[in-house]
Amino acid sequence: MNTYTQTDAFRHVQTAHCENGVTTALLRYHGLDFMSEPLAFGMGSGLFYIQIPFMTVNNGPAISFRTMPGAIFKRTCKALGVAVTRKKFSSQQAAEAFLDQKVKDGVPVGCQVGVFHLTYFPKEYRFHFNAHNLIVFGREDDHYLISDPVMEDVASLSREELTRVRFAQGPLAPKGHIYFPENVKPVTDEMIRKGIATGIRRNVRDMIRIPGNFAGVNGIRHTSGHIRKWRDKLGLKKAGLYLGQIVRMQEEIGTGGGGFRFLYGAFLEEAAGYMQDDRLAVISEDFTRSGDMWRAAAIKMAGVYKGRLTEQKDFDEIADMLLDIRLIEKDAFQKLSRLNLGK
Amino acid sequence: MKKEDLPQDPGALAKFTREVCYVKNGDGKYETALSVGWDIKKQALDSAWDEVNQRVEDARQAVLAGEKSPIHYFMELRLMDIPVLAGYTGFFPFFIKRHLKPAVFASLSERKLEKYARAFDIPVSELKNFKTSNP
Repeated sequence: MNTYTQTDAFRHVQTAHCENGVTTALLRYHGLDFMSEPLAFGMGSGLFYIQIPFMTVNNGPAISFRTMPGAIFKRTCKALGVAVTRKKFSSQQAAEAFLDQKVKDGVPVGCQVGVFHLTYFPKEYRFHFNAHNLIVFGREDDHYLISDPVMEDVASLSREELTRVRFAQGPLAPKGHIYFPENVKPVTDEMIRKGIATGIRRNVRDMIRIPGNFAGVNGIRHTSGHIRKWRDKLGLKKAGLYLGQIVRMQEEIGTGGGGFRFLYGAFLEEAAGYMQDDRLAVISEDFTRSGDMWRAAAIKMAGVYKGRLTEQKDFDEIADMLLDIRLIEKDAFQKLSRLNLGK
Repeated sequence: MKKEDLPQDPGALAKFTREVCYVKNGDGKYETALSVGWDIKKQALDSAWDEVNQRVEDARQAVLAGEKSPIHYFMELRLMDIPVLAGYTGFFPFFIKRHLKPAVFASLSERKLEKYARAFDIPVSELKNFKTSNP
């Protein structure tokens, strides 16, 4: 097996989003030095939008700006022919023992954790969110060395602390979920190009061909329709909290975060190089615009939760901004679908 | 977003880490830059915490007024809802709803109280002798 990489020490990689970061750092550790966060995000078809019906998170609407947890790692590894081992545990002892064996073997592993008990996170960020990802890559005395992709530096956790976050409870409970790539072979440029094309095609499907009206670009319209009614339906205070939740899901680490539109723009720019196709770089601009507009909408939403904007016309304006964003993203994905990048 | 427009407004994260952001450099190409925060995000987080603190205070009043059991207060204090608490205690949501009633709570066995205390990370005594002040 990958003997040529075994001597390399693990290097911490800081990224905008945790799952991209785990994917990037683990694949780089196994010798795939070209791997970058945008590439992982794009090959894994990470861009998405969904307002999950009948579900609330922290007493607000459940909105996600990226694809479901776990998918980015899974798809990117698959595209590169990397086998992935995953395990979940019903017993905490078994989960600890398995991790200890991996640490002893010197194999960095990805772990899904809950952020509520994550001691190196600031308290303000600790909500019950169970799909955070980090890498355990070693042990010093009785502390595990932790590479958390959203942190600038490496962190550490005691055995109790680590087990506690690995066995966080509630929705998306990680159950000690541990995963790592195995059998990583050298990757050709052809495979990368194929992975990029597949990733883009799948993202086009997710954003503009997905049925229903609450996911993909139509999901943005769905939320826009909700926002228009929130002032009358919920009252100003609650409406402000809901808008605050959208901003946090869009921007904040610990809940979602990552500025995903800019990340996708960066991916298309990188993809243009691999595919030698400048059309991708041109479409990248659309996502930069979309990202800027999401931020502009966030500023407007902040006006409501700060109590400065109170009129229905302010809510209508926010709703209209979302409709504009939808048009831009829809148009961009339609352009991508017409490119015929091949399999 | 252009690199020069990247906000640097210190927030809750400032003491712990900076965040990676993807921005456009002078040549119109993407690169990464570090940000200490953005006021818009900070205010969203602050208002979420104002809401949490209000809920905790409301819960405290409800317990003092004898309308709810202390479980309700600690559930709010730990930012939990019933599904999350069900996960940590192993009780079905239906039973947790019952345990929120002061009368039912008063008859709970020591073993059940211990499960709640462990989920809330407090000693059982704190659950049994509910104090009027904020911890």
